[in-house]
Amino acid sequence: MTRQRKAVSLISGGLDSMLATQAMLDQGIHVEGINFFTGFCVEGHTHAIRKKDKARPKRNNALWVAEQLGIKLHIVDVIDEYKDVVINPKHGYGANLNPCLDCKCFMVRKAHEWIQEHGFDFIVTGEVIGQRPMSQRRDTLPVIQRESGAEDLLLRPLCAKVLPETLPEREGWVDRDKLYDFTGRGRKPQIALAEKMGIADFAQPSGGCCFLTDAAYSAKLADLWQYRGERRYELDDIMLLKVGRHLRPRPNFKIIVGREEGENKFLEGYRKQFTHMFTTSHPGPLVLLDGEAGADDLVLAARLAARFSQGKNADTVRVELHQKGNGTRELEVTPLTTDEIPPDWYL
Amino acid sequence: MSHHQLDARRMLCPMPVIKTQNRVLELQPGDTLEVTCTDPGALNDIPAWCRINGHQIIDTRERDDEIIITVRVGAGD
Repeated sequence: MTRQRKAVSLISGGLDSMLATQAMLDQGIHVEGINFFTGFCVEGHTHAIRKKDKARPKRNNALWVAEQLGIKLHIVDVIDEYKDVVINPKHGYGANLNPCLDCKCFMVRKAHEWIQEHGFDFIVTGEVIGQRPMSQRRDTLPVIQRESGAEDLLLRPLCAKVLPETLPEREGWVDRDKLYDFTGRGRKPQIALAEKMGIADFAQPSGGCCFLTDAAYSAKLADLWQYRGERRYELDDIMLLKVGRHLRPRPNFKIIVGREEGENKFLEGYRKQFTHMFTTSHPGPLVLLDGEAGADDLVLAARLAARFSQGKNADTVRVELHQKGNGTRELEVTPLTTDEIPPDWYL
Repeated sequence: MSHHQLDARRMLCPMPVIKTQNRVLELQPGDTLEVTCTDPGALNDIPAWCRINGHQIIDTRERDDEIIITVRVGAGD
């Protein structure tokens, strides 16, 4: 009796990987999902942090997709290994700091390692030729196969018919005639296939959960690297870039200002690591100071903290300053006016 | 059968799920794991992960700003 072949499918939580996986299940393949957590694919994080979003239903789309398909899902923490992809992408960045092609090569390489460790036969992705400008082009799909080391163990069911045969097709594990020939950025074929497969609910837009494709987020990361003098980051750095207003009034420091209760609460967890301040005469946000600040800088930061408090129109505001390694003291400052805050301080 | 604890406070999803998953892999069927989280996303994500991987949620409690979820490790396959 022929043994049931096993595939691991890269599950992003979007529609394409869902369809590609269902196509394999329909051909009798045992499929398990794999999802890589890089630290940047974090749609749930901002919802978790911001209090105003707390009423919104939260779900991890990858887990949700796996449950809909009835497959297991393995979520793999690749935060540390992924740094090299972000910092030194061989194929460069897209419109922002998104290293999409290197990212895909990395993820397929990790999936290839995983199938070798777990005795699986091949890898499935929801890639479609022309769907994405950097990582899903006719000339870049072979790059992913080659550089990941997966070669012809990588099957893309949604566009397999317009690609060379892969091992699962040649060996007859998968019937090529039952695969698809989707190309281009349009979504109509996927929507039609979803309907045919009985998939009525799916995340929209697909694959849009990476912060590195976001211009504002990338600008904050670029600022961090520029003023740190080197391109490196820790998980806390990339988490903090998602939270609060970031202003850099001087090259040697920036401040992070909580925008609402949920963000203030999240920032409270970082108090021990940063010089921080908050207004005591009026309700106001928690402000973290990142960098080295002299006496004048601390006053400037306190005036900014006052500006973002409910005392912004008061003559003076009291600010409690907790200087990292240098105790606590209170400052009495005049809030900056809007005109005194140049737009380019905002990151 | 033994009882274990996991501190996933201040972690944002999916980290509490990943930590739960990795810890469960080290445990035996029937063992229980009590996970303490602060991200409300864990209320959806840890049960979803358990359902698709054959584990059981036996208790969910909320205390102040903490969520305590107890998982019983399934038999696997």
